[in-house]
Amino acid sequence: MPRQLITLTVNGREREVAVEPHWTLLETVRDALQLTGPKEGCGTGDCGACTMVVDGRIVTSCLMLAPQANGRDVTTIEGLQSNGSLDPVQQAFIDAGGLQCGFCIPGMIVAARNLLNDNPSPTLDQIREGLAGNLCRCTGYTKIFEAVELAAERIRGSA
Amino acid sequence: MRTFEYRTPETIDEAISLLKEAGGSARPLAGGTDLVVQMKERATRFPYPETIVSLDRVAELRTIDFSDSDGLRIGSGATMSDVATHPAIQERYTALAEGAGVVGSLQTMNMATIGGNVCNAAPSADSAPPLLVYEAEAVIAGPNGRRSLPIAELFRGPGETALESGELLAELRLPVPPAGTGAVYERNTPRKQMDIAVVGVGVSLTLSGDTIGRARVALGAVAPTPRRAQAAEAALEGQPANDETFAKAAEAAATDDCSPITDIRASAEYRRHLVKVMTARLLAQAANRAKGTS
Repeated sequence: MPRQLITLTVNGREREVAVEPHWTLLETVRDALQLTGPKEGCGTGDCGACTMVVDGRIVTSCLMLAPQANGRDVTTIEGLQSNGSLDPVQQAFIDAGGLQCGFCIPGMIVAARNLLNDNPSPTLDQIREGLAGNLCRCTGYTKIFEAVELAAERIRGSA
Repeated sequence: MRTFEYRTPETIDEAISLLKEAGGSARPLAGGTDLVVQMKERATRFPYPETIVSLDRVAELRTIDFSDSDGLRIGSGATMSDVATHPAIQERYTALAEGAGVVGSLQTMNMATIGGNVCNAAPSADSAPPLLVYEAEAVIAGPNGRRSLPIAELFRGPGETALESGELLAELRLPVPPAGTGAVYERNTPRKQMDIAVVGVGVSLTLSGDTIGRARVALGAVAPTPRRAQAAEAALEGQPANDETFAKAAEAAATDDCSPITDIRASAEYRRHLVKVMTARLLAQAANRAKGTS
């Protein structure tokens, strides 16, 4: 199948990529754009390791075809830092020890940032619900939820 | 995933002609949360598509409108998030907002569409019992124009609908629920999210005073298709809205309105038990909603 050109904005930068229609957005971002933060866990939309923001909403990028992302605005974990400083959610995961192997964390943090954008003061239940599409097999989640609470506190404090 | 030709129509008519042009080897793609998974796993119920007709640029499929005169129109391309958060749906079609709001995860709901949920025709589809209790009409677009079908007639079997090759589900039309109606959808799952209903129950009760005027009950994951529970409905209409009536209707639903199977999620016996328990509880909840007390 001939490749087709798609144009998408990734982390604020416009990119043109020649894709095959069966590539997923995840494959496009990782293999063609070399942004390897988002991970492929299950490949079937269950684990959330590939979570990205597309036009303001989180999606499992392993299920979005590359041409479906044509013209869209995409944010990956790489896009959260600004001018070399980590996003408060990233910093809170480090400070609270909200990770072990780290494989799920790029998706987890993107989903957590999305949750805090919508709801700056989530309850523990709301945090659990906001991260229900992101599986972690190491931590047991406790420290992840603590990291999100810490991030929420810091973001509120700096606002 | 094996490759395919990818087309992006911008109107329903264009989508229909692309499907026709490609013949039986084309599939329409909506949110991809079922179809892309099935293609990756080589588990489609149809030959692997040679052409994908993506519906994501068809703006007219994405609209949701409500008016007191015409009721609710939901484009088949509206996402579960669009449906679950729509103010008119939250206010007037509570059971539908509840069904759309439990599909997978936030990520899933941001991608999955109501049309995809209906057309994938899983017996467990969470939008199906609500659409059945609201008596949705499915508006189908095809090469010979449009036709419409009651949603109950659209479901034909697991993964099977009444759609002919080359046809698309364009929209769902839901009449305005009568005054004094309360409705609710709930499902049983071991996990709260990212799970598939063991049993799903939707109910809608219209009360005049303490008497049940109109009752609609629909069940998911206990028959080859999502289905109405007519025996339960007959046990409700004209009866007083009390626990005794609800218990009789729940018994009827579990005895006469389902044919569950045993599978990895639950045994047939447990599903029947759930139908009985959940139907009785949800009828009480719907009655409270109808009275405006919850």
